[in-house]
Amino acid sequence: MSTPVASPDAARLLADLIAGRFPDERGRFGPFGGRYVPETLIPALERLERGVRAHLHASDFQADFARQLTTWVGRPTALTFAERLSQRWGAKLWLKREDLAHTGAHKINNAIGQALLARRLGAKRIVAETGAGQHGVASAAACARLGLPCTVYMGAIDMERQAPNVGRMRLLGAEVVPVTSGDRTLRAAIDEALRDWVADPTDTYYLLGSAVGPHPYPYLVRELQAVIGREARAQMLAATGALPDVLIACVGGGSNSMGAFHAFIGDAAVRIIGIEAGGRGAGLGDNAATVAHGRPGVLHGTYSMLLQNEDGQIQETHSVSAGLDYPGVGPEHALLAAIGRVSYQTASDDEALECVRSLSENEGILPALESAHALAGARRYAQAHPGCSILVCLSGRGDKDMPTLQQTLLNPEHR
Amino acid sequence: MSPRERISHAIRSAASQGEPALVAYLTAGYPRREKFREHLRALAAGADVIEIGVPFTDPMADGVTIQRASLAALAQGVSLKWILAELTALHDIEAPLLLMSYLNPLLAFGVGRLAQAAADAGVAGFIVPDLPLDESQELRVALDEKQIALVQMVTPVTEPQRLKQLCAGSQGFVYAVTMTGTTGKSVAVPDEVINYLDNVRANAPVPVCAGFGIRSREQVERLRGHVDGVVIGSALVEVLERGEDPARWLHGLRRS
Repeated sequence: MSTPVASPDAARLLADLIAGRFPDERGRFGPFGGRYVPETLIPALERLERGVRAHLHASDFQADFARQLTTWVGRPTALTFAERLSQRWGAKLWLKREDLAHTGAHKINNAIGQALLARRLGAKRIVAETGAGQHGVASAAACARLGLPCTVYMGAIDMERQAPNVGRMRLLGAEVVPVTSGDRTLRAAIDEALRDWVADPTDTYYLLGSAVGPHPYPYLVRELQAVIGREARAQMLAATGALPDVLIACVGGGSNSMGAFHAFIGDAAVRIIGIEAGGRGAGLGDNAATVAHGRPGVLHGTYSMLLQNEDGQIQETHSVSAGLDYPGVGPEHALLAAIGRVSYQTASDDEALECVRSLSENEGILPALESAHALAGARRYAQAHPGCSILVCLSGRGDKDMPTLQQTLLNPEHR
Repeated sequence: MSPRERISHAIRSAASQGEPALVAYLTAGYPRREKFREHLRALAAGADVIEIGVPFTDPMADGVTIQRASLAALAQGVSLKWILAELTALHDIEAPLLLMSYLNPLLAFGVGRLAQAAADAGVAGFIVPDLPLDESQELRVALDEKQIALVQMVTPVTEPQRLKQLCAGSQGFVYAVTMTGTTGKSVAVPDEVINYLDNVRANAPVPVCAGFGIRSREQVERLRGHVDGVVIGSALVEVLERGEDPARWLHGLRRS
């Protein structure tokens, strides 16, 4: 419950982070993280923590995981040089192509990893939350692959704007439960998934989709997503003989970004930038830019940055992208922001939409609205640093966004 | 008597009459903010201890009734600050008052000034459902200065070693959750739950109150002799929603 880090501590905290000392035994990344949950969930989280310790880095689990990533997910994903966009933006733009992963986004890395873990821990059913629907689809697919029943909670608003994904989940055998309480988006879906888990903590496994939540989830999700950064780092070295000048990813809860950043944290020469959803502007409720506009607090089991009012009530958020529409952020991001290792900036709805068009027209890649926020950050960086080399984590593809794109880019009335 | 002793004492003296003490819950400012004091007095006429819910946007341990009540109270501008101001102005309630709050509103208020403000408002204890014992050091130390209770919850899935720690660390009473799941669903009370409650009681130096899903006289009778008190939450919120007299409804839970 401390306040963010005083600057003299930043160097020490960064050294601890690079040395792998976070999360510590209390599940903390410096002052952030921890485990703030109802007592009913404590045994389940302790069991999960023991399971993570016993299996995650064991060679047979890693072999299973690697086999699924290679033969089913389609890893390693490509590193693409964006030739035409590089020319237009005046910089060298590289894309880590998580949009090519099975089911269309990075979410599958975590989903199949946790589903494998759940099976080892003897879970009888899986519950998951989803915002954009990508984690829901990934969970449904992973559960189908491993023969586990799957229930996905999804906000009613998100079900509307990401309708194609709802059908995909159902085809993959998952039960999709509409959440009509609270803000009817990702945050309410997490509340409901947690309530489901509280009701049956022994046989149910909660497959959390982002690097948020109580310990050990932020750690577990990071470890399963870290494959993104490991691959990208090796691919950049192989392709160019050097690391990029800057690495950019979008940040909602923060799983694609944490996965991309992790391997680069110790590379002092690589600048790292996280792009949050700037929405319609800086006003309360107009964006989902948690680091930019939030204060520390506790939501969904973790102490991190939060969009909240002065009474500690959680703010409703807005973003054109359902996957970034969340009032919190993973605790490791809160630490990276507090010690200044990662710079967090925002991109607006309109900037993201423009970048959907740019990447589609110039490179033949339709990016997810989430990933387009990272591209908007890259374009801005390129303008300020001509000639530099930029690596963007292209976290997913945009097919799921067609309902939103029909109403915006494809709508003659729009702007 | 210190605030936390007032809670234990109120529960014990009610239980010594042969009936479990009644710990009555209401969401502050629900159904109507301007009737908060009136509702408190009405509850006090039928209950031994009163638990006041501080509304929160994301009450993850609560079922639909308390979610609905919380959001409606927030929409009327209810806040921890307002609740404490109301309680500070109120002097005629003898039953010990506890605040049930998720952690974030307490953090936003400031743990540093919370204990003093709570003491001024006559608050005798806190229940913080998303603050496990392991994370509670800072709040515990702050409340200790004013001898205000921090109540711990135990559940049917709590491991034996942890159950001992939680019982030893709880102040005022031990809140024994009768089932896994969120608040509000009515449940029969099976033998395992009775055994579990007996075990909690054997470990607890303070009284034990059972809660979550208690809404009928049959349940209260089944629990008699196994607990010192029962917490009535969602059922009472619904009584207030229907505009009925809560004291009369509470009397109906007791042997006539």
